[in-house]
Amino acid sequence: METPWIIETEELTKRYDGFTAVDHLTLQIREGEIFGFLGPNGAGKTTTLLMFLGLTEPSGGKVRVCGFDPARDPLRVKGSVGYLPENVGFYDDMTARENLRYVARLNGIPDSVSSKKIDDLLRLVGLTEEATKKEEATKKVGTYSKGMRQRLGIAEVLVKEPKLVFLDEPTIGLDPDGTNRMLDLIRSLSKEKKITVFFSSHLLEQVQRICDRVGIMIKGNLVAVGPIQELAKNKLGVDKEHYTLEEIYMKYFKEV
Amino acid sequence: MQGILTIFRKEMEDQFSSTRFLLISALIVMVGVIVASMVGMAIKEEVRGLPKPTLLFLLLFTATGKFFSFAQFLGFFGPLIGIILGFDSINRERVSRTLSKLVSQPIYRDSIINAKFLTGVAIIATILVSIVLIITGLGLPLTGVVPGAEELWRLAIYLVMSILYISFWLGISILFSVIFRSTATSALASLAVWIFFSFFISLGAGFLADAIAPIGQQGAGGVDPQVVLKNAKIQGAISLVSPMTLYSEATSTILDPMRKTTSSLILMGPLERISLSRFQSPLPLIQSLAIVTPHMVTLVAITLLCFGVCYAVFMRQEIRTI
Repeated sequence: METPWIIETEELTKRYDGFTAVDHLTLQIREGEIFGFLGPNGAGKTTTLLMFLGLTEPSGGKVRVCGFDPARDPLRVKGSVGYLPENVGFYDDMTARENLRYVARLNGIPDSVSSKKIDDLLRLVGLTEEATKKEEATKKVGTYSKGMRQRLGIAEVLVKEPKLVFLDEPTIGLDPDGTNRMLDLIRSLSKEKKITVFFSSHLLEQVQRICDRVGIMIKGNLVAVGPIQELAKNKLGVDKEHYTLEEIYMKYFKEV
Repeated sequence: MQGILTIFRKEMEDQFSSTRFLLISALIVMVGVIVASMVGMAIKEEVRGLPKPTLLFLLLFTATGKFFSFAQFLGFFGPLIGIILGFDSINRERVSRTLSKLVSQPIYRDSIINAKFLTGVAIIATILVSIVLIITGLGLPLTGVVPGAEELWRLAIYLVMSILYISFWLGISILFSVIFRSTATSALASLAVWIFFSFFISLGAGFLADAIAPIGQQGAGGVDPQVVLKNAKIQGAISLVSPMTLYSEATSTILDPMRKTTSSLILMGPLERISLSRFQSPLPLIQSLAIVTPHMVTLVAITLLCFGVCYAVFMRQEIRTI
């Protein structure tokens, strides 16, 4: 049996007075896959994410996320979808653990349940390491480096045990080692926890490394969608052995 | 409901552990002690010559002592408490980018602003109740009388009105914190509104009244009493635009049972004037309340209106700008 769609959109459109940010987007995301969402700045990627979360109402078209309509049933959608915005913010005068506990409470998870889960998550993202006796989780988040903040952001998204996570540029500003660890983490979320990952980025090399399928959005239009190999076949010719996503992307970009 | 309670709890924790709250608490203790001692000493002067002083207890809050009474102080500087508590409530979250996180949790969006407002009101209530208790506690030995039930009722009504009044200013400052991205701008905007209402309205009321109904020079025929009346009426009406006037008129009537009207001497009818001079007995509570009901209703209305505007602006804000 085919795995069901976790996101389905049909002719999804968003207009801001006179300007069309997302133009008749039809897209399906399968449960459990890592989907890379590419596009230049201002292509409508974030607007699309906001519509998926029910934070912005579409001007037209249909969208279903986890089986619910985000515009009608935003709480249901937000309860099973995690969103890590670009440049995620925290309460700087609280510790990592307190930040996570707050989010858990907002999701209606009692402290007795969340405390063990928070410990597990902090270990998963590497903010508590028993081996080195480093206990970063008790420090105030204000003292955290960029990489630690991003990892805490991932932990925070996972607190509610989502079925689907939206990651908006999760690796931006990370050092190469941090980037690698982040990508490994994202891959393990998909493979081990069976969480669908919607990865929005314009760092093509990273997208190529971890994504099963990609969609390319330019000026509000989805110009291509499919597995990277397939796109390479279509655009660069079948015979080509070594291709990069960047070549494909640039080809599409020039066409528009 | 879940969302409101969680945010409310977190906001309360934040407020109570903040330096801001420490400063406000220090201010409360200071004001309480100063007012109680100042008034306690002056109260003897106030009741000198009265054969049988009544309602001594309420004098703790209305007697001016050397500089000001507690009621005046709260009317004037109370708004600052509201502004201090609210000016950065929404834009602080926006600057630290936590607002977009909050709205992507499974809570209704309005629970954010509701919880912020509720927290402010709870803190204001805590502050006011503690000041009043400090003054009462220090004042009891100073005056040597125990308040009666009616005095306590008056004090309770006064407290509720003060909480409403300061909540109005909290609403104003939260509104600016929704509109402006920078916390400094919203603080300054709230202060500007405060200065406008506390200084300029009373000044402007006089000017406007003179412009609309000029009393003119004392001529041969004397001043037309109709014009004087009209002038005073206009001035009163304009100054009532200010919540400060509204509040101080209402509370001084509630706290002082000897006051039988909120209008000035000029505007009193002959019957009112006769009754004032004939009957030197205090008004019962229910009558005092009847006098200031319009004031109280208006106070409730503007507080709700202010919060309503806040709510609407926050809910309509495009999420992108959050």
